[in-house]
Amino acid sequence: MTRRSSLAKGRIVIDQEMCKGCELCTTTCPYDLIHLAEQYNAKGYRPATLVDPDGRCTGCTLCAMMCPDAVITVLRHVKSRAGSAPLAVAA
Amino acid sequence: MQEQWVEQTVYQRPESLSKNPTHYCPGCTHGLIHKLIGEVIDELAIRERTIAVAPVGCSVLLYNYFELDSAEAAHGRAPAMATGLKRVQPDKIVFTYQGDGDLASIGIAEIMWAAIRGENITTFFINNAIYGMTGGQMAPTSLPGQVTGSSPLGRDVEMTGMPIQMAEILAGLPGTTYAVRRSVHDIRTIKDAKKAIRTAFRVQMAGAGFSFIEFLSSCPTNWGLTPSRALDWIRQNMVPYYPLGDYKVADIVKELR
Repeated sequence: MTRRSSLAKGRIVIDQEMCKGCELCTTTCPYDLIHLAEQYNAKGYRPATLVDPDGRCTGCTLCAMMCPDAVITVLRHVKSRAGSAPLAVAA
Repeated sequence: MQEQWVEQTVYQRPESLSKNPTHYCPGCTHGLIHKLIGEVIDELAIRERTIAVAPVGCSVLLYNYFELDSAEAAHGRAPAMATGLKRVQPDKIVFTYQGDGDLASIGIAEIMWAAIRGENITTFFINNAIYGMTGGQMAPTSLPGQVTGSSPLGRDVEMTGMPIQMAEILAGLPGTTYAVRRSVHDIRTIKDAKKAIRTAFRVQMAGAGFSFIEFLSSCPTNWGLTPSRALDWIRQNMVPYYPLGDYKVADIVKELR
């Protein structure tokens, strides 16, 4: 895993079946990386999806803070030194 | 020493929220306020001793959405039920979560007297300027001129009076320790709202008396707006009449901070 800039790197995981497609997360993303999917979930909503081919997501958590249905999990890349206390590694 | 990058979870659904999907409309800020309350309960580690009292209104099924012990009150009577729960079990943290129809209309007597008695409970008041569950009728909090199902020409304040400002009213009562108004229409106000929730719970944990937070909340469906534009509507129309701020912060609260 390498870094391309000094900005933090991250990604988000959206629970597609719980998302109601309200689009509030899309309005908060500073890089406009969240868009509604083309397909529908079982509830009949088009869920939000991270579209981030260039790896620009910084894991800033703004989208997750805005989400009314608490369906966004935010992961951020952090430095771990071998021998130091292990960090929780997200699945 | 070798360095490596690992992925760390920095934000996730709070444990105090259940896995159940809410029945709220897309973009409704009820869910957002539930999430903030759940986060604060997690951070204060009080989940095992917190009791929620659910109202009647859109949030009537609140007990399905929190991993908390809960009770369902009769319409408007959540503060009375919370009073009983807290007096019998003073070691528990008891909060009510009520909408504007529940708290400011049918339940106005109960909230006034809970505040006057200075009950050591916390009340979260969700003000969305409309009756949501029943399909968008005029509420005591509807704005002057606001078009609703029962005021199709706009709220006529000559006939119905001006909207009720609960935070200011309760702040005027001597039994109230903490009364503030917050909103959730952008990231900054969401952060402020979460801080206020933490303060309100800490007031109760310190046994300092009645704590009350009014939230300006959106109702995209009954306002007839998209979720994003509904948040703009809060900022443009609600905030001028319902100014955000601290209306009563007793001296003991300042010591808690």
